[in-house]
Amino acid sequence: MDKVETKDKNKITSVDEEKRDFLYITTAGLAIAGGGATVWSLIDTMNPSKDVLALASTEVDLSPIEEGQSLTVMWRGKPIFIRHRTTSEIQDATDADVDGLIHKASDESRVKNPKWLVVIGVCTHLGCVPLGQKIGDSKGDFDGWFCPCHGSHYDTSGRIRKGPAPLNLEIPPYEFVSDDIIKIG
Amino acid sequence: MKKDNNIEQKGVSGWIDKRLPVFSFINHNLRDYPTPKNLNYFWNFGSLAGITLVIMIVSGILLAMQYTANTDLAFESVERIMRDVNNGWLLRYIHMNGASMFFIIVFIHIFRGLYYGSYKYPREILWMLGVVILLLMMATAFMGYVLPWGQMSFWGATVITNLFSAFPIIGDYIVTFLWGGFSVDNPTLSRFFVLHYLLPFAIVGVVALHLVALHQFGSNNPTGVDVKSENDTIPFHPYYTVKDYFGLGVFLIIYASLVFFAPNFLGHPDNYIPANPLQTPAHIVPEWYFLPFYAILRAVPDKLMGVLLMFAAVLVLFFLPWLDKHKVRSASFRPYYKQFYWLFVINSIVLGWVGAMPAEGIYVLIARIASVYYFAFFLVIMPLLSRFEKVSDLPSSISSAVLSKRFDTETKESYVK
Amino acid sequence: MLSKIFVILAIYLFSIISSGVKAASDKINLIEQNWPHSGIFGRFDKSSLQRGFLVYKEVCAACHGLKHVSYRDLTGIGLTVDEIKSIAGEYELVDGPNDEGEMFDREAKPSDKFVNPYENDNQARVANNGAYPPDLSLIVKARAGGADYLYSLLNGYKEFPENFEASEGMYYNEYYPGKQIAMPSPIMDDIVDYNDGTDATHVQIARDVTSFLAWAAEPELEERKSLGVKTLFFLILLTIMLLGVKRKIWKDVN
Repeated sequence: MDKVETKDKNKITSVDEEKRDFLYITTAGLAIAGGGATVWSLIDTMNPSKDVLALASTEVDLSPIEEGQSLTVMWRGKPIFIRHRTTSEIQDATDADVDGLIHKASDESRVKNPKWLVVIGVCTHLGCVPLGQKIGDSKGDFDGWFCPCHGSHYDTSGRIRKGPAPLNLEIPPYEFVSDDIIKIG
Repeated sequence: MKKDNNIEQKGVSGWIDKRLPVFSFINHNLRDYPTPKNLNYFWNFGSLAGITLVIMIVSGILLAMQYTANTDLAFESVERIMRDVNNGWLLRYIHMNGASMFFIIVFIHIFRGLYYGSYKYPREILWMLGVVILLLMMATAFMGYVLPWGQMSFWGATVITNLFSAFPIIGDYIVTFLWGGFSVDNPTLSRFFVLHYLLPFAIVGVVALHLVALHQFGSNNPTGVDVKSENDTIPFHPYYTVKDYFGLGVFLIIYASLVFFAPNFLGHPDNYIPANPLQTPAHIVPEWYFLPFYAILRAVPDKLMGVLLMFAAVLVLFFLPWLDKHKVRSASFRPYYKQFYWLFVINSIVLGWVGAMPAEGIYVLIARIASVYYFAFFLVIMPLLSRFEKVSDLPSSISSAVLSKRFDTETKESYVK
Repeated sequence: MLSKIFVILAIYLFSIISSGVKAASDKINLIEQNWPHSGIFGRFDKSSLQRGFLVYKEVCAACHGLKHVSYRDLTGIGLTVDEIKSIAGEYELVDGPNDEGEMFDREAKPSDKFVNPYENDNQARVANNGAYPPDLSLIVKARAGGADYLYSLLNGYKEFPENFEASEGMYYNEYYPGKQIAMPSPIMDDIVDYNDGTDATHVQIARDVTSFLAWAAEPELEERKSLGVKTLFFLILLTIMLLGVKRKIWKDVN
């Protein structure tokens, strides 16, 4: 008799335990999920806000830039070099031997319209702004840009040719929204 | 579950604990800690206050990342938070309504102390640290309200800082010093921002002392009778941890209702108008938690006395353990004190209400009567009751009070020192 | 226990209900409207917002700024990016200095804030007999009574009653504090042409522009209330479960 009773009690206890544990676990789980969602919303306040994102793209009108001229615009806090390349500059860029480059890239892969070169004007070595945009600036040995900080030379396609910089000048995301206007970012 | 605190724990936690006893500390103070088993829900408000403090600090730091403390830019920076920052509106409303929740909780926490005699021996310092926390909270909240640089921000700051000119001889120097100029302006805003960011961490420090003082003798309980044996207590975990979680749930429901559905209910529309030093609002009103003190300030016809009595209204709390020396702690067993107490509660609400009314007509009389009762309660009624209220029969212990709900009239010991 | 629940419920209900209660004052009772954006499940009526924006643009914007709102925010009232671009393009603002060191005029972009009708507040006063037309970005939150107050005000213009001492250049309005307002009644029947066919009566215009300004003051309203419903539902569920846990654990304590 006793044994049966004890067995019954044990059975009830273990079922009770399961129910109790289920309640505890579900409650804890819900609480943690809610807490996580709250923490995420608060951390999200530190992500770029709507006004910052609104300035994430810039449209540039290319028509005033004459052949051989360069324009610098700001985009996301960085300078963008836009050069209206001359035929000889385009020729130099396409003639170069890609395999001999420090950072191999064809000119074709770096432009959408060969007449226009759009690069981020930040030296890939340590971040200085290279010279070559203004008339009278040194353009370096390859007729592109020259970084005065540590002597990196870039060519007419913005590729690194000589000096400590490891990579070509970065191409920002951009597209032609019309023949004369590009949208960067 | 029995745990022997002297046995070294194994593994990583044991290694850490031996060198810096964090785990034994948590175990001793938050897990096994013997707590009276008869605490009611009014004992939830301490942990709620601590949680609200954390919410205010976290939301405050995140807001401070986006706010600009300059009179030309402050209002707009707040609007930027509301409109452009991801979930910025949520952050701002959490912080804004959190301040109100913090004061509601702390006021209830204080009223609990008043009812159950938690300020009496041996918890005098615990109580006084609490009053220090209240003062720091009031300073923090006052400065925080100035930061959005709305009409109420500016004019509230002007009125309250001007009060200090009431002090004879040095008054005007004090005010100029506080302002950093000849009116509330950029220097004032800058320093208020810095101090508003700083003071909450001072509050954290005082809260730590408050908790140390608490753990010296443990919590009071609704009977006011000391813990006599193990039977009177239960371990803090899981009983009070889970009760605190439930209380937190209820709190969050009320808090969320405010934040999501009535975020500006406790505020004043005039603070959505940018500060204009050339135009005073029709009715300058402080935030609701300052209204009782504002009422006392305005009730006194003399400027200096008004200022002194307004501060006295908070400072009188420091002296409570000596104003009320009655042997019995809890109002449950002090029928006369109980009546005066509830009158005091109603009086405080009346004071708050009249603080929002214009200082004219019948409101002046009501404010004066209510102010008199406020001070009379502490300075006259409490000492008198200490001397003349009969010590009625107390339960012999917490356990007997809980079990039998009868008083032990056989042993007429003095259960409260 | 029951009384505790009652107290809690009372506080909760009070806090929700009184959000709909307007501040009692010695003013005349406001005309109360049923705003679609009121209440726990409130949402804006986008077509009303768009009509209201038209009213703001053609009537109010001559004197009142909306400087905390950006043109790009108008996606919140249902306009497309292209529509917004062309709306912004109708306004000019001063930018610079350019490379020549000069300030220059340019068309507004969607990322710009609404262009003010006046260059500064002082200019605004001079053009309006010394009265400053307040910026409307927050007007609905900055006035006791909110949307109801604004709607009442726009419908509250009347002839000066007899025995009322009218000041020069002022107009009588039943809802304005002091009853005299420097702004003449800005709207009347058909002062704008609604392109969605709605009849542009005085009251309709007042309602639409008030809705638009309610949105301008609280563009986050729909997200806030929708998140609120979810949060509250979650919290109530969690709290009930926590009560269950608490009771289970406390069951055997005497």
